[in-house]
Amino acid sequence: MASTTGSGVDLSRVPLSQRGHTINVQETEGTIGGLITVEIDGQPVKVPLGTTILEAAKRVGIRIPTLCYHEDLCVAGVCRICVVEVEGQRTLQASCAFPITAPMKVFTHTRKVRQARRHIIDLLLANHYGECYTCSRNNNCQLQALAKEYGVDFFRFGHPETPTYAEDRSSHSVFRDMNKCVLCRRCIRTCIDFQEVGVLEVEGRSAESKVVTFMDKPLAEVVCINCGQCINRCPTGALRANDPTDDVWAAIDDPTKHVVIQTAPSPRAGIGECFGLEPGQPLTFEMNTALRLCGFDKVFDTNFTADLTIIEEGTELILRLYKALVQGDKNIALPQFTSCSPGWVKYIEHFYPEYLPNLSSAKSPQQMFGAVIKTFYAKQMNIDPKDVVTVALMPCSAKKFECNRPEMCDSGYKDIDYGLTTRELAKMISETGIDLPKLPKSDFDDPFGTATGSGVIFGATGGVMEAALRTVIEMVCGIKVEDIFAHADIIPVRGFEGVKYAELPITAVGPVPDILKHLVPNWDWLKGAVVKVAVAHGTANAKKVMDDIKRGGKFSECHFIEFMACPGGCIGGGGQPIPTSPAIRAARAKAIYSEDAAYEIRKSHENPAVLKLYGEFLTDGPCGHISHKLLHTQYTPRGKYIE
Amino acid sequence: MSATHVGPLTFALVEPAKPIKAALALDRASVIAAISASGIKGRGGAGFPTGVKWNLAATAKDEHKFVVCNADEGEPGTFKDRVILTEYADLVIDGMTIGGYAIGAATGIIYLRGEYTYLRRQLEAILAKRREDGLLGKDVLGKKGFDFDIVIRMGSGAYICGEETALIESLEGYRGEPRNRPPYPVDTGFQGHATVVNNVETLAWIACIVSKGADWFKGVGTAKSTGLKLFSVSGDCTRPGVYEFPMGITVTELLKEVGGENAKAVQIGGASGHCVPASEFGRTIAYEDIPTGGSIIVFGPGRDMLHVAKCFTEFFVEESCGQCTPCRSGNLTLLEGIESLQRGQCSMKYLQELCSLGETMQLASKCGLGQSSAVAFLSIVKHFPDELMGRGETKLAGRA
Repeated sequence: MASTTGSGVDLSRVPLSQRGHTINVQETEGTIGGLITVEIDGQPVKVPLGTTILEAAKRVGIRIPTLCYHEDLCVAGVCRICVVEVEGQRTLQASCAFPITAPMKVFTHTRKVRQARRHIIDLLLANHYGECYTCSRNNNCQLQALAKEYGVDFFRFGHPETPTYAEDRSSHSVFRDMNKCVLCRRCIRTCIDFQEVGVLEVEGRSAESKVVTFMDKPLAEVVCINCGQCINRCPTGALRANDPTDDVWAAIDDPTKHVVIQTAPSPRAGIGECFGLEPGQPLTFEMNTALRLCGFDKVFDTNFTADLTIIEEGTELILRLYKALVQGDKNIALPQFTSCSPGWVKYIEHFYPEYLPNLSSAKSPQQMFGAVIKTFYAKQMNIDPKDVVTVALMPCSAKKFECNRPEMCDSGYKDIDYGLTTRELAKMISETGIDLPKLPKSDFDDPFGTATGSGVIFGATGGVMEAALRTVIEMVCGIKVEDIFAHADIIPVRGFEGVKYAELPITAVGPVPDILKHLVPNWDWLKGAVVKVAVAHGTANAKKVMDDIKRGGKFSECHFIEFMACPGGCIGGGGQPIPTSPAIRAARAKAIYSEDAAYEIRKSHENPAVLKLYGEFLTDGPCGHISHKLLHTQYTPRGKYIE
Repeated sequence: MSATHVGPLTFALVEPAKPIKAALALDRASVIAAISASGIKGRGGAGFPTGVKWNLAATAKDEHKFVVCNADEGEPGTFKDRVILTEYADLVIDGMTIGGYAIGAATGIIYLRGEYTYLRRQLEAILAKRREDGLLGKDVLGKKGFDFDIVIRMGSGAYICGEETALIESLEGYRGEPRNRPPYPVDTGFQGHATVVNNVETLAWIACIVSKGADWFKGVGTAKSTGLKLFSVSGDCTRPGVYEFPMGITVTELLKEVGGENAKAVQIGGASGHCVPASEFGRTIAYEDIPTGGSIIVFGPGRDMLHVAKCFTEFFVEESCGQCTPCRSGNLTLLEGIESLQRGQCSMKYLQELCSLGETMQLASKCGLGQSSAVAFLSIVKHFPDELMGRGETKLAGRA
């Protein structure tokens, strides 16, 4: 019953009907060696047994239109747009769902096929309310593209003139407009099977079918983790992120406001896709220029606080280990979990609230940045913090929820005012008429422009762990990471495997660095220890690890585990350009690692600006009182039962 | 309701449990060979050869196989399975047990239509009695190594759950929606295991075939549609009820038996079946001509065929699972079209468009429901064009 989606996500909970199936076929003359020759539109193609017609057609360059099909998701076969004629079959077959198990002749554009596709598009349009002009997905909509491809020039079966459903704008992160829904169920498969969160399902039958939350409650009131993966996979404008660009423009236009923006690494790796570039071409420094042209007063690098996060989170880990191993404190929760993915944080709050003590209390880089800007920076610049507007460019829809958490006001103000997604910034840049890829490059602004390669790789799964290990190895062992891992590339925690596990024996220890001296006297207690770490991306994988911890399995013996809500990490975030696929995410990750390699300083604890911040502002050091007030937070056990 | 018959049904003549004894005396391959030789095809309406189905399941490499009795009789105008389950449930259970033996399954499941909940207690009693008698449980009738037992699972009233893969989804606790096929249940069925899903009547006939022999069964009916079949006859006839006829009976012959000689049309195969006009009453009811799961609805001279089309389409608008586009939206579009025909507001061009949409629904829908839901409408358009066009509010009001 093996099944793959190309992302390595376990589908064990997926309904059988939606899994790929192993086809047991006797080897016959036509199927020698597990290969089979089929003819598609007269072209022969040799494919492995079980290959779908859709995949086989791709191999010979024949494009079959799809709508409910998505590379990341299990097959549904419900929209029927991909139907083809198979010789000898009475009915047309959905090419995305039809496994080839015998030699056959397939025809992809006969009269019946064209008529069926045209009818299906007409039927979808007959239930799709809304004008393309006013849609966030104008020009990036699969339904619109199909209508164009099949020459739809009138609404054969009518077109709704009034909306049927009220929009759901309750969530800080995800807006739902079911009037535009085409019932492809990609969001459902994303939520249930891909992410294993399970907020969305179909309710009602026939034409009354509708994608709903539990009891059709507003999204803000259910267990949605705001990861936005559904947005990335919605073919139409039925799902989109809560868009604050009007407010951001208003702040920019207000002369009394000092508007600063921080940019995370993943949007830089992705934004080019919104301007016609192939995935994987970072535009970090062109984007800096564009942001200034848009009118932002300062452009900072989130990597700065990513480095800060590593110091805080790493120190927290060391303290936990020290208290548990040396002081014998039995109440210390281990393994420590990362807390920089707000989707993951809300996931654990809902589904594993009993493990919240394991979650690092360190805020995410985004929120640390806001707290530092509205305190240290405002003071330094002599600006009243109430006049500082902090905008965060993130690859993420959950960051919008995060910045609106009521507890995220430790600076005395809302730490971060607005979270922008990559897509929303691309829209802002388009509004200015700027051709982003052609802009000259420019650097980040000081004092938070200095970053390290470690901050950059936060964007890819395993990146936080790699950054943390680079710092921990050097701080504890007193050696260079490069002595163990060539070029300081910690390969074991890289890559798209769903769950990664690594062990790092500490054979020798060095002196305790100055910054930590007030916390631990020496490292002798770590000598001979084996640090066990794990990395999980996508909540479906997080679930696997958490369930293993619950059972007392291998992961319960880890010391530190990185969790990212989104598959691939932030580069696959819910605020990234649409579409997404395993190949696109891999290209973005490659871009991020190549940026890391280009940095002169690649370790968080060597970031001079971070060290300066500890020297001048966070004077009682990592995990000290000041940092605890500004850079750490607490969590809300939410549970999964909804009132 | 009791079965209406001039003579006894064949089922009344077969002694329960004897078929199992007969089957256990044979080896498994021979049982399947006998079923294949009888030529019996699925009595639920789709007409898939039962012997082929069983053989596929029997050869599937799987340690856990299942025999499912599809007792989700939901086709409008069908009520013969209810009669069988009420009066001849033993034969159905015999058939399932034989199936378990033939394909190597240890578990049988009766998926009972929600509306038939009242039959459950009676069926459970029969199962309990059979366990006492050694007809179910470990080493059935002393046959070493053949363990077989049956559980009853209730449907909840969805028509679509009569479709075998939707039925399996429902059994697994999911929303009852058809799966993609292939793979078929004989390969990947209940909980991923090889599963045969057979109609109530098919299983009862299996018992008869094993008892009376394949030749007896093959001797009745036509070459391609062997044996006898139960029919649920309703509508404008003087003697509605459940009938047993040989396959291949003509519509005229059938109408004569049931007192429906003056019919102007007969709906054969329920809502998803064909509407046959009087001019074609010479045709035969058989898989090779007009197939049916047993539903016969007679329409007398006074019936408004557009209204008939509307009723059937309304049924599908209600019962589509909503999964695939052609069925979910297509049926609603057809219904709206029929309503505009009733108002006299549908152009010939749009009617043609609707017919071509009907063709798309037949070709592109995911399962048998969508593939057959336009058939009634299309056959009414074809055979009763005079009743479609030129209607208006006045005429409609007059009829009401």
